Amino acid sequence: MKLKGWKEVNPGAVITEAGNAVEIKTGSWRSSKPIWKEENCIQCLFCWIYCPDMSVKVKDGKREEFDYDYCKGCGICAVECPGKKGNKAIIMVEEGN
Amino acid sequence: MAKVVAVTGNEAVAVALRQVNPDVCAAYPITPQSDMMQRFSGFISDGRVKTELILVESEHSAMSSCVGASAAGGRVITATSSQGLALMWEILYIASGTRLPIVMPVVNRALSAPLNIHGDHSDAMGARDTGWIQLWSENAQEAYDNAIQAFRIAEHMDIRLPIMVCMDGFIISHSIERIEYLEDEEVKNFVGEFRQLNPLLDIEHPVSYGPLILTDYYMEYRKAQDEVESKVAKVVLEVAQDFEKLSGRKYDLFETYRLDDAEIGLVILNSAAGTSKDVVDEFRSRGIKAGLLKPRLYRPFPYKETGEALKHLKALCVLDRADAFGGSFGPVYLDIATSLYPYKEKPALINKIYGLGGRDYMPEHAEFVLDELVDIAQTGTVKSYKEYIGVRE
Repeated sequence: MKLKGWKEVNPGAVITEAGNAVEIKTGSWRSSKPIWKEENCIQCLFCWIYCPDMSVKVKDGKREEFDYDYCKGCGICAVECPGKKGNKAIIMVEEGN
Repeated sequence: MAKVVAVTGNEAVAVALRQVNPDVCAAYPITPQSDMMQRFSGFISDGRVKTELILVESEHSAMSSCVGASAAGGRVITATSSQGLALMWEILYIASGTRLPIVMPVVNRALSAPLNIHGDHSDAMGARDTGWIQLWSENAQEAYDNAIQAFRIAEHMDIRLPIMVCMDGFIISHSIERIEYLEDEEVKNFVGEFRQLNPLLDIEHPVSYGPLILTDYYMEYRKAQDEVESKVAKVVLEVAQDFEKLSGRKYDLFETYRLDDAEIGLVILNSAAGTSKDVVDEFRSRGIKAGLLKPRLYRPFPYKETGEALKHLKALCVLDRADAFGGSFGPVYLDIATSLYPYKEKPALINKIYGLGGRDYMPEHAEFVLDELVDIAQTGTVKSYKEYIGVRE
């Protein structure tokens, strides 16, 4: 990607294109990562709504595998996940183990 | 029709702010500014302005609220002095770097320690490199006029920078002077409607403020900001021309007083310039060619124009009502020295530190300095480049 010169940058560094984080990878590392357990998933899409970035991919109204390029391991998805019959569809696992 | 009144500097600026009728005000009381915001909050209580007042727990919060309200899309004001301005320091850079045209009267007061509430320029001088525009005012009339012009300058689409309007604590903020008010309608038309560039509350066009900018782009944003600074002087002059048509009062980047054919001169900010002009007259009546330059647009500093106005002098003294600690000179001296540096022929340049913590600046102080300049102009010898005056040994 060609970098812009100083005459081309937005005044005050304001981002005027909503969701432009898709152009760059924002989550190269995390201390713990969410693991999706499809068998416990009821497709409520809470994880998609609550994810502060865009690591939950959805196709045709159903979630797919995490996109870890945008995941910082915040764990909000795992907390919000209602799971199925008490079994979470998202669990956090420490990285590097 | 202009209305002639006898009011304090604080009251005059509070009235200017009422006439502008900004959307949001977030302020915290601090002497000697408190009286200004108290008066303004009175206008809010009485329904004379539609401004939303945000009561905050500190000046850091006041400036933070201003940043949020300005980014949201409002025309925003606050006011402060001394320690309050010092506490805002972190957020001052965020306001300017984010290009938010916040208007802030600063009633100049000394900094602690030792604790002191009186007139002194240390507060605004400490904020001179924060990216804010600074207009300085000799008296209540100039503070009122600058406060109104400040909105047009800050909000100009080529500029979009925050602005401070400085006046001396107590000497101007609490002394009653004769001044002329414009009509409410005239001020309203002069400042016009406010339009934010990328308002957060425009939900049809979602935007993000305050992103992380790393090594790949930080310098480009800083260079862009520096470029904006270079456009400020032109806008200040355009706004001054429009203001003159409205009020009959003329403003420039700085005021020159009997300077064109002068051989010796003073550079001095704010209220002490008035006292100094009287003494310049006295020296002129004795056949001594004395003159004076009083900066108005102090940030961004008009180096080229100031150097041109001063280069012909034989001897020049910059009087600073603040010191820049670090074995250096007063802040205004440093700027004047920089503005004269490019010229081969230039005046001998000395620095006097005066009036700290509200110490009276009397005509005899100006006489003392001008006498010394006469001596330097004759002999070409400078005894001391920097000296405190009006201080006990």
